[in-house]
Amino acid sequence: MSISTQFILNDQDIQTNFHPGILILDFLRQNEKLMGTKEGCREGDCGACTVIIGELANGKVTYKPVTSCLMPLGELHGKHLVTIEGLNLPELSPVQEAIVEEGATQCGFCTPGIVVSLTASLMEKGSEISRDSVMRALSGHLCRCTGYRSLIASETHLLNAVDNATGTDALLEKGFLPGYFRKIAERLNKIPSSSKPDGVVEDFLIAGGTDLYIQENKAIPDSPVTILNLRQELKEITRKNGYISVGALTSFEEFASHSDILEIIPEIEEYMFLIASWQIRNRATIGGNIINASPIGDMTILLLAMNAHLVLQNGIGTRTVPLTSFYKGYKQLDKTNSEVLTEILIPVPAKKTRIHFDKVSKRKCLDIASVNLAVRVEEEDGFIEEVGLAAGGIAPIPLHLKKTCSFLKGQIVSREIMEDAIAVMQEEISPITDIRGSREYKRLLARQLVIKSFIRLFPKRLSAEEFYEKY
Amino acid sequence: MKNIDAALHTRGESEYADDLPQPAEMLYAAVYGSPEAHGKVLKLDFSEANKVPGVAAVLTAKDIPGENQIGPIIQDEPLLAKEEVHFAGQPLAVVIASSPQTARKGVGFITAEFEELPIITDPKVAYAKGEIIGTPRTLAIGDVDAAWDKCDLVVEGTCDMGGQEHVYLETHRARAIPLEGNVIRIHASTQSPYACQRAAAKILGVRHHRIEVDVKRIGGGFGGKEDQATPIACMAALGAWYTGKPVELVLNRSEDMRMTGKRHPYISDFKIGATKDGKILAFEVNHYQNSGATADLSTAVLERTLYHSTNSYFIPNARISGACCRTNLPSNTAFRGFGGPQGMFVIECALEKIAEALNKPKEEIQQKNLLKKGDLFPFGQRFQNNHVQRAWKNTLSSYDIEGIRNRIDRFNSEHFGTKKGYAVMPVCFGISFTTTFMNQASALVHVYTDGSVSVTTGGIEMGQGLSTNIVKIATKAFGISSERIKLESTNTTRIANMSPSAASSTTLLNGNATVLAIKQILSRLKSFAVEELNLPDKDSFTISEEKILHNGKDTGMTWNDLVHKAYLSRIGLSAHAFFATPDIWFDKKKERGEPFAYHVVGTAIVEVTLDCLSGTYDIDSVKIVHDLGRPLNRRIDMGQIEGGLAQGLGWVTLEDLQYDEKGQLLSNALANYKVPDVYFMPDDIQVKFLTNADSELGPYGSKAVGEPPLMYGIGAFFALRHAMKAFRPDLEFPPTSPLTPERVLMSLHPEFLEEIKELEFPSHTLTEETV
Ligand SMILES: Cc1cc2nc3c(=O)[nH]c(=O)nc-3n(C[C@H](O)[C@H](O)[C@H](O)COP(=O)(O)OP(=O)(O)OC[C@H]3O[C@@H](n4cnc5c(N)ncnc54)[C@H](O)[C@@H]3O)c2cc1C
Ligand code: FES
Ligand code: FES
Repeated sequence: MSISTQFILNDQDIQTNFHPGILILDFLRQNEKLMGTKEGCREGDCGACTVIIGELANGKVTYKPVTSCLMPLGELHGKHLVTIEGLNLPELSPVQEAIVEEGATQCGFCTPGIVVSLTASLMEKGSEISRDSVMRALSGHLCRCTGYRSLIASETHLLNAVDNATGTDALLEKGFLPGYFRKIAERLNKIPSSSKPDGVVEDFLIAGGTDLYIQENKAIPDSPVTILNLRQELKEITRKNGYISVGALTSFEEFASHSDILEIIPEIEEYMFLIASWQIRNRATIGGNIINASPIGDMTILLLAMNAHLVLQNGIGTRTVPLTSFYKGYKQLDKTNSEVLTEILIPVPAKKTRIHFDKVSKRKCLDIASVNLAVRVEEEDGFIEEVGLAAGGIAPIPLHLKKTCSFLKGQIVSREIMEDAIAVMQEEISPITDIRGSREYKRLLARQLVIKSFIRLFPKRLSAEEFYEKY
Repeated sequence: MKNIDAALHTRGESEYADDLPQPAEMLYAAVYGSPEAHGKVLKLDFSEANKVPGVAAVLTAKDIPGENQIGPIIQDEPLLAKEEVHFAGQPLAVVIASSPQTARKGVGFITAEFEELPIITDPKVAYAKGEIIGTPRTLAIGDVDAAWDKCDLVVEGTCDMGGQEHVYLETHRARAIPLEGNVIRIHASTQSPYACQRAAAKILGVRHHRIEVDVKRIGGGFGGKEDQATPIACMAALGAWYTGKPVELVLNRSEDMRMTGKRHPYISDFKIGATKDGKILAFEVNHYQNSGATADLSTAVLERTLYHSTNSYFIPNARISGACCRTNLPSNTAFRGFGGPQGMFVIECALEKIAEALNKPKEEIQQKNLLKKGDLFPFGQRFQNNHVQRAWKNTLSSYDIEGIRNRIDRFNSEHFGTKKGYAVMPVCFGISFTTTFMNQASALVHVYTDGSVSVTTGGIEMGQGLSTNIVKIATKAFGISSERIKLESTNTTRIANMSPSAASSTTLLNGNATVLAIKQILSRLKSFAVEELNLPDKDSFTISEEKILHNGKDTGMTWNDLVHKAYLSRIGLSAHAFFATPDIWFDKKKERGEPFAYHVVGTAIVEVTLDCLSGTYDIDSVKIVHDLGRPLNRRIDMGQIEGGLAQGLGWVTLEDLQYDEKGQLLSNALANYKVPDVYFMPDDIQVKFLTNADSELGPYGSKAVGEPPLMYGIGAFFALRHAMKAFRPDLEFPPTSPLTPERVLMSLHPEFLEEIKELEFPSHTLTEETV
């Protein structure tokens, strides 16, 4: 098939008939010979391949960093792709200067990607430069040489140079971005929207691609693909009666920063700290997390506890299924091949509801859970009126802990009740031994996470000591 | 001085081997590695691979024109396996094709059949079966057997240490280009160009001078490219030889992880005896090194383990033994520290055990046994100074160990589910290649008629700042501005027979060679100045800020004038010089000698916080006093310390290398082999330098800095155990590393295992990865 993809690469207009499923990373290095973008893993874990994508909305281009090793070329249609080469100025930029000054580069292989992410963080309008913002920008990067301290120390230099005048306009004014950025919105506007017909389901449906490319890297370039992200309407978050409707293509970052979501899940940003990296969260979609059906999908676990419903669409019509009954077995879904997930409906919880999500992995950040757990409770003086519990990593599917929930409903929280609930949970779960831990460990961890979460939700009724009287 | 490469790095303009402009008609290689860990090859079928459009050739052992042998110390390693395979991932065939994707597609069509042979992954099993590489070694001092009786207390234990994947961000790669006259030029990502040259020549059956290896820089090595870059360079060279076209081979991350070796896992049995006030009288250790399938550098790694088995301590009676055990894993290899970390880990475990038995803080026992000036190591070398004591005392007082101890005790008594812990970790690391002959280097210096300078050494820039250090050394030695000095790529046609860039010795060896070459040129220039300026005594000339001074007074002549005039007077403006570390030797028969030029020492305090409910932890701080000599470049040295520390912390905590019993790598991607990230590293890292500790040998008083700081990271292991003890003082924890959150949690809750054992839940029977 030959579909033309039209976009801007740095300052250059590109029109190509390459297969839309090939990776941006390969396109850059093999075809454009732009060698500043490096390959360190091809799995989203190292950040060496980071590029910036600019998208036009309401006359403005917003930029965000992504890993080019997991993103299809076809999705660039109508967008601005910025590589390290496109950020270079005759002199060093403040980010580059900071890294040189701090000695924060050794072998240099990770460095272009890091410069790209740090620059992207300055390009976010209104963002404040802080230790946290720098660390977030580094969250998707591995550097095996420096030990990171010198990279974090770039904060001071950035503060001095940029003085919190963040955003592309402010950076342009100071001469910290190449001048061609000024005309990008205008140029993108001229690119006709994609001619790809909607609703056709090809061999591969690519959303963020962050799961799919890892599984099907070899097959995709030889197969027909549908690039879901070209369907903007699947990215909206709206309030309907009693529900918040989340478009399936909503990225983790978009989800976690939306006011409606923040209202019902106030600590969502804290959870995001434990989930993937900045670059991956910019790509990973909520829908992809659900359909991928990984037993440890973090958002899926959270949404299970929140009793979300899914809207599935095929050529003919739509239907709605509760997430709690969506998974039939390992990677087996209540979904036909021709169905696309369009929205996720999250019931707006009652006012007194509290939510908690926790995850344990080998490394705290940018790692897959050994076990994760989400809890939603409505309670009055310790009396549980309503409860949603879900856990990952302990069954072939992301597991709604149905029996544990019905046990807890109507109980008054106490240590004894929790011990009993845990015993019920142990009957419900069936972890296996794998690289993320032995089955015994996962059972223990599930127990510990329940204890930790409930202590956090009921600090007056539970304390850690009580659970250790035996020892 | 800033890193001379830094600006290029930040602009993405630094070139690595495969970033160089691609020659027309270049072909790409991909490797077919054995799917099985041990077996007889019954059939290797690549007929289908040959049919893939774009595949130019499939090369196997039969296509090797020379000798199919690349072992560096012991000749036990074929480039491409033929009759037998000894580890999963062992190269059997190389597919050459028009693109990397096509080459990999070709690999996908190759099939093989094997007759299964027994697979060994455990070094003790290998040892019992006599699968030993080289000969077991023993260093001994005093009379251990007689000493046990004099001890008030004797304890024993077994340490189990995991390996470590290098995770250089740039995976293995090489590009081979055929040139006229049967010459192949290889652009390789290697720490050892000469090893690549030597092996490629052997593989192709040509003399060394037909192979040129050129290295501009590499994207990290950490030992992983000391020896194991050789097969990659050889496979590319074989492809180029066979096809007559340039061939590039780049391993992707999963291939790299599967096919190449790592830090050696060890199992070590120890026995230690002390007086009741904590003086160590006797120590015995048996190291079983998991060497993997071939010798590679294992025997040298083991040697360093033996040398460092007493770390910073003097032990009057010791017997330190070890064997390289052959297993069916990829051959384990050099990794920053080179066996040193494993040696130190064991003695630290032993001291911890003594401290626990005597119910004293561990640092009290450590302090009582620190090396003093003149103390003997078990291999007969005397410790030359008091720096171990000084670094220790300095650390404890300047970071207030008393305060730390009290603060942590108070915290632990006030908190139930969260505990803190700390540990003090001294390091004493010997500098030099333990194989004496390797301590040699040369440098080539040219001065051009415009006064600019070109320097080539045999050292490789891999992020350690060698290029910057050499430029700085040359700047100082000449007395001219650093802009005049250009460091060239490392190339076997300009420097012959170079040792690998390793053993923290690269700046020492190559820097000294550079100084010697510059001295030759300066000597000629000064003799010339005597005549030209008609001033006596050539030694009265100096060069400073590009001016020629005589007895400190400006002669009015500039560097430019001098060089230009010297050229017209036919004075040679180039020099090649050679340096060999003096006064080191070792007698392997007697296991006695002075293998090290000097020792680098230091002490660190590591503090951690442990969430005892979930088993997760944070490393809060690492505070170090380090002996750096007179630093050549503080920025670069700090980078080496922090980077080494990160790897050391990772080795004992997160970095969980796992193989199954079939010898298949389970931690086979960065998604499941985790290295420190930005959030893992402690917020508080402090480093102070020991003053007045200059080296007489290092260029301008500098000391080696690459490896020693890694071992400070071992402190995290003991700090975590301290916190675990605070939660469960009733338990004893096995000294098994890495201390992953899983190990921590399981150790803290042994009762739970009993509970669920009784329950015997069915677990679902999936074999797929749960992702
Ligand atoms: C480095 C890295 C870190 C990660 N960390 C985490 C983590 O911490 N927690 C976590 O939960 N996950 C993590 N992931 C996994 C992944 O990012 C998430 O599962 C993500 O939500 C997948 O979404 P996607 O849009 O990228 O899916 P894709 O890869 O595009 O798609 C996944 C599957 O779903 C199908 N699909 C996608 N959208 C639809 C739709 N609307 N309708 C029908 N089918 C659809 C696709 O065809 C495909 O089969 C990580 C991944 C990487 C690479
Ligand atoms: S190459 Fe590692 S994240 Fe893309
Ligand atoms: S500088 Fe080498 S990986 Fe970061």
